[in-house]
Amino acid sequence: MKAKIVILPKKAVLDPQGKTVQGALKHMGFEGIGSVHVGKYLEIELENGDPEKARQVIDQACHKILSNPVIEDYRFVIE
Amino acid sequence: MNFAVLQFPGSNCDQDVVHVLKNVLGHSARLLWHKENSLGDADAVIVPGGFSYGDYLRTGAIARFSPVMAAVTEFAAKGGLVLGICNGFQILCEAGLLPGALIRNRSLQFRCENVYLKTLTRNSPFTRSVPEDKLIRIPVAHGEGCYFADAATISGLKANSQILWQYVNAEGQATEMANPNGSIENIAGVCNRARNVAGLMPHPERASESILGGVDGRLIFQSILEK
Repeated sequence: MKAKIVILPKKAVLDPQGKTVQGALKHMGFEGIGSVHVGKYLEIELENGDPEKARQVIDQACHKILSNPVIEDYRFVIE
Repeated sequence: MNFAVLQFPGSNCDQDVVHVLKNVLGHSARLLWHKENSLGDADAVIVPGGFSYGDYLRTGAIARFSPVMAAVTEFAAKGGLVLGICNGFQILCEAGLLPGALIRNRSLQFRCENVYLKTLTRNSPFTRSVPEDKLIRIPVAHGEGCYFADAATISGLKANSQILWQYVNAEGQATEMANPNGSIENIAGVCNRARNVAGLMPHPERASESILGGVDGRLIFQSILEK
């Protein structure tokens, strides 16, 4: 079992990386490019076989250390 | 006064801070490894700059869970003086000892240059020795120093005079050009509500001797020393 976690800057937070990537994509001629958000992706191997338990553990880990709630949002799936 | 200067894997301004406190200002300062559980007889704590844990995950995110940080949190809760410089500021924000967070500079550039700081209030143990109308000229050296907090937090900081320093130009104006990293309100440093914990991105320890080009940084350490 594995947790797949995506962490992104909150909408209200300045995302200069996203803006720069967006500019580069447009400059290169890629069409239809809207706003870009650059975040982090983590995969965590889970030793516990209980998906519900794993969900609680990962949620706590995301809240406590993997993301900073002041500037980031997170979401994850357990597979 | 006895200072404890924390040392994490990747701290790199720790020795500079100890040098200024001991050899320039004549006080007692010792390095405290991050695995320590106690601050001993420290009267004040400095969390120095650097790249603790290689800035992995987020700046300060891992350091803030080092054992010594539990002791710092307890020390701060009892009113002990804690100053975070650069990465130390980032660690104190991550630890929740200071409001807000430091994010990537708006320019995406690592900025390493002298800046002017305006001291917005002398009502703190970190600013009380700064002369009225004195602009402090000290260097910044960071890639992630853009101060961010939500609108409610920023209005709280203003209402309680918790913004200690702002980036300004040589005339003392907080312009966009004078802002090296895109910080909201040109914020360079803040303190907590109780005013005993503060953090700033610029480096006072790198401008405390004339041979280094300036001594304005001393004003911040001298403020801590003044009783």
